[in-house]
Amino acid sequence: MTHLVMLPILLPLIAGSVLLLAEKLDAGSRRAIALAATLALLPVALLLLERVGDGTHLVYALGDWAPPFGIVLVADRLAVAMLLLTAVVAVASLVYASAGDDARGPQYHALFQFQLLGINGAFLTGDLFNLFVFFEVLLIASYALLLHGLGARRVGAAMHVVVLNLIGSALFLFAVGTLYGVTGTLNLADLARVMPLLGPDVAPLARSGALLLLGVFALKAALLPLGFWLPRAYAAATGATAALFAVLTKVGVYAILRVYPLVFGPGAGEVANVAAAWVLPAALVTLAFGALGVLAAQTLRTMAGWMVVYSVGTLLVAVGLFTETGYAAAVYYTAHSTLASAVLFLLADLIARQRTAAGDRLDTADVMPHVTLLGGLFFVTAVTVAGLPPLSGFVGKLMVLEAAQSSSSAIVSWPVLLVAALVVIVAAARAGSALFWRTAPGPAAGQAAPLDRRSVGAVAGLLACVFGLVIWGGAATSFAWETARQMADPSGYVSAVLGEGGGVHEQRRSLR
Amino acid sequence: MEALVAIAIGVLTGTGVFLMLRARTFPVLLGLTLLSYAVNLFLFVTGRVVVASAPLTDLGLATYPDPIPQALVLTAIVIGFGMTALLVVLALRALRDTGGDHVDGGER
Repeated sequence: MTHLVMLPILLPLIAGSVLLLAEKLDAGSRRAIALAATLALLPVALLLLERVGDGTHLVYALGDWAPPFGIVLVADRLAVAMLLLTAVVAVASLVYASAGDDARGPQYHALFQFQLLGINGAFLTGDLFNLFVFFEVLLIASYALLLHGLGARRVGAAMHVVVLNLIGSALFLFAVGTLYGVTGTLNLADLARVMPLLGPDVAPLARSGALLLLGVFALKAALLPLGFWLPRAYAAATGATAALFAVLTKVGVYAILRVYPLVFGPGAGEVANVAAAWVLPAALVTLAFGALGVLAAQTLRTMAGWMVVYSVGTLLVAVGLFTETGYAAAVYYTAHSTLASAVLFLLADLIARQRTAAGDRLDTADVMPHVTLLGGLFFVTAVTVAGLPPLSGFVGKLMVLEAAQSSSSAIVSWPVLLVAALVVIVAAARAGSALFWRTAPGPAAGQAAPLDRRSVGAVAGLLACVFGLVIWGGAATSFAWETARQMADPSGYVSAVLGEGGGVHEQRRSLR
Repeated sequence: MEALVAIAIGVLTGTGVFLMLRARTFPVLLGLTLLSYAVNLFLFVTGRVVVASAPLTDLGLATYPDPIPQALVLTAIVIGFGMTALLVVLALRALRDTGGDHVDGGER
């Protein structure tokens, strides 16, 4: 079963291609194929989790070309945790879309599978150029999913996203080219091996390549000042798509977590800790702006979009410390914030459908149907996203605060984290009271669509996962800690990929 | 030779950035295309500029160009071409749906 590592990429690729060809099939069968393929990702991710649980790196050389010449896929704790998270969110999002959203445009299911292909590939790859390719795969699918159902608002939002990301791709290639020109390799493990050997003459080039790359990842992760595109785009997408997009920003965060500790970590000689001075300040600005955006939002969807920005800020405060405690907090908080944002987007869509006239505007309207159920779901979700006890948001925030405590930046990061959390609590409370309590007297609007069982099931299922993160909190945090330990010591990754003493072929090095 | 290639990349990038800062979709599109040309050229020369030689090791040549950037640039060209095509379609769609070719939609 050495090919297991390949399955999270192959499954969506095959399913997507089949769905593309099976245009004649009825909607039900296409849904069934898509759902089966997405559900199958869950056991695959769990099997991989069991394999990497003892700290091994599963290395898969594509076409059996030995690294560093061939492209490798590497599954370690961090990558597999992200795969599992993606599978969970994807299943919920697909179930939600099956309630009718998937029929609003052609080829929804095929695009959804290609999106998963890109995301899973980006998590698994061990090669910088291959990471670029998978980024493009997931981006082109995301453009199409964002446009799904069309409308002027969506086209306008997509225009910005596409142009920005094309600029991002160009910068990505400039960064990759610079790093290749300096080191002669693009394999992440090999880059980590070569970096400490760089002389002071080429180190500035490597540093500029590394920082250019950070800019690209920051754009994908919606780190301010490069994140203003996100709220508008995510608010314009359909609910199910926006829920899946909650994973998309985390791909940018994952790329930072993967590349910087490994390649530009403390042992990288002249280019050691190149990102440390930049990530934390940007994260704090993102956090503060995100909280303000949440407070200022006029609609529930925009609020959910700003909530993503806010959670990315919190997450990158932990990442920006570049310490083991920081990585552990980041891993746990990634799981929590992805699930919480996905739930919020689905719920916002559900609520907007029930309040037919007012939509998701935080405004006075008639009492919506099913107000008890939706109000209850919103309450639990709000408690999660605002980081109140007893749910996972609280645990995550506590871990971030604890990690930030030991750093000298705590004097800035603690107040920003705590005040922003308070602002988000106020905003969530205000949104809840506006939606559910500030109602106009009069007969309820009767023409709202009946509540679909699948939609509620998807929301409730994701919320159950949030509860799971707390109920099995001990296991989750200890997994986060082990992952952090693995990330803080890149030598395991390097020797797993290259073997002992491997590296760039001497003949090619002589070219430089 | 290096200086010539570097100037070409610089001019392409500069023109591309200038055009991307326009407010209409068509100049932005052209700017992105020029930027992607600059990227392709840049990637191509990351293997160093070697004149009159083939990227093959078994010919016994004293110097030969690095073949990997050539493979990378092929991939980058294909992806860039696909993305540009998508953006053209999107720009046309935005023109139809929003009634203008301003990047924020509409006629401003």
